[in-house]
Amino acid sequence: MTVLLDAVGLVRLFGARRAVDGIDLALGAGEALALFGPNGAGKTTLLRILAGLLKPGAGRATIAGAALPADAARARIGLISHRTMLYDALTARENVRFAARLHGIADEPGATQRALETLRVADRADVPVRALSRGLQQRVAIARAIVHAPDVILADEPYTGLDEQGSAALTALLKERRAAGAALVVVTHHLHEGLAVASHAAVMRAGKFARLERTDGLDPARYAAEYRELVS
Amino acid sequence: MMATPPGTFAAAWIIARKDLAIEFRTRSAFMSAALLSLLAIVIFFFTWDATAVTPIDIAPGVMWVTFTFSGLLGLHRSFGVEAQERAMDALLVAPVPREAIFLGKALANLVFVVGVQMVAIPAVALFYNLPIGETWLALAGLMLLASIGLVCIGTLFAGMTANTRMAELLLPVLALPFFVPIVLPAAQATAQLLAGRPLSDAAAWLRILLAFDLVFLYACTLAFPFTLED
Repeated sequence: MTVLLDAVGLVRLFGARRAVDGIDLALGAGEALALFGPNGAGKTTLLRILAGLLKPGAGRATIAGAALPADAARARIGLISHRTMLYDALTARENVRFAARLHGIADEPGATQRALETLRVADRADVPVRALSRGLQQRVAIARAIVHAPDVILADEPYTGLDEQGSAALTALLKERRAAGAALVVVTHHLHEGLAVASHAAVMRAGKFARLERTDGLDPARYAAEYRELVS
Repeated sequence: MMATPPGTFAAAWIIARKDLAIEFRTRSAFMSAALLSLLAIVIFFFTWDATAVTPIDIAPGVMWVTFTFSGLLGLHRSFGVEAQERAMDALLVAPVPREAIFLGKALANLVFVVGVQMVAIPAVALFYNLPIGETWLALAGLMLLASIGLVCIGTLFAGMTANTRMAELLLPVLALPFFVPIVLPAAQATAQLLAGRPLSDAAAWLRILLAFDLVFLYACTLAFPFTLED
């Protein structure tokens, strides 16, 4: 199996606090990690390191063999966050198209339209983002992140603000991207949504993986009970 | 999917177009800067003693003080739009060189500053009855040359201070001392041109301006990626 995301010995300190403390992670094509943990566990910091936004104090991370933060590595990443990363004066289409241009997609109008349709927001594509509800903005943000069909999707609380239809569209999208061979890391507090798309589940505490396992045969109810016990 | 990330200059152009589209839609920073310029020109005019100082002597100072401070408004805005919803993160994850972000921002800021000058220069000419009819082309070239240096420094410091809590205060404090090598020759050359002297008389100041432009463009482009590191 092709390893798309490979991280070895990642450490990141904020002052004396070890926000990420010796994380090793390898995800192959079609694998997805659901990352759970209490606030301040280091999940977002880990994701920002994997996106090339933060330099690790120690360790290294590669995307499809290219070391972060090289352009070749970043070109394969789709980043979704609980912040939309959109320009509110531009329309949904302009925001997605801007991302498509920065990735140098040949059929940029077509890719933009397809991404907006996938997230079921194409009918509001020419409305300025500021005029959209928070949930629709989140759908546009996801469309922006996947317009270039990334090999690695890094999602930090991607379900923020989404209604039932939006959540279903996102889950379907993540499953579809996984089936197409992408590797995913999904940070969420919603265990059921995370487990629904994941091949692996991890709980992070104090910058480390407190547990990491495959989700095959995992009982969500039992996992939730064990998770509560672990983080309490 | 067929994708070839753009090169530095192509990416800079994409980013500049996006910034200009946002400013064109909102016009918030441009209106503020243009109004500040007009207000400053009016205040300078009413504090001016026409019997003590000639218009040719006072106008270059009025122009460059006005351009410097009104330009800061636009420079601050250029990274404000990125900070709002952390759009900067999406820019940084995109496969474009950090230098392209700087050049794109600087280009959009240059258009902004030149746009404000196009409002302010006729106002200065009107208030001080300046004879810019014959020198307008040389004056326009001088303004452009000086603006390049100003936006290079301003864009670098705007990027550096964007994520700080006192960005609005820090930007002028850091940038203004570095504006001096640009504003000084610009004001001197403006005075020469407004006095009706030939362009060759201002050539020495223009050469200094050009040298500082090249130094700042090169140094700021190289330094900018380091301002983005946590």
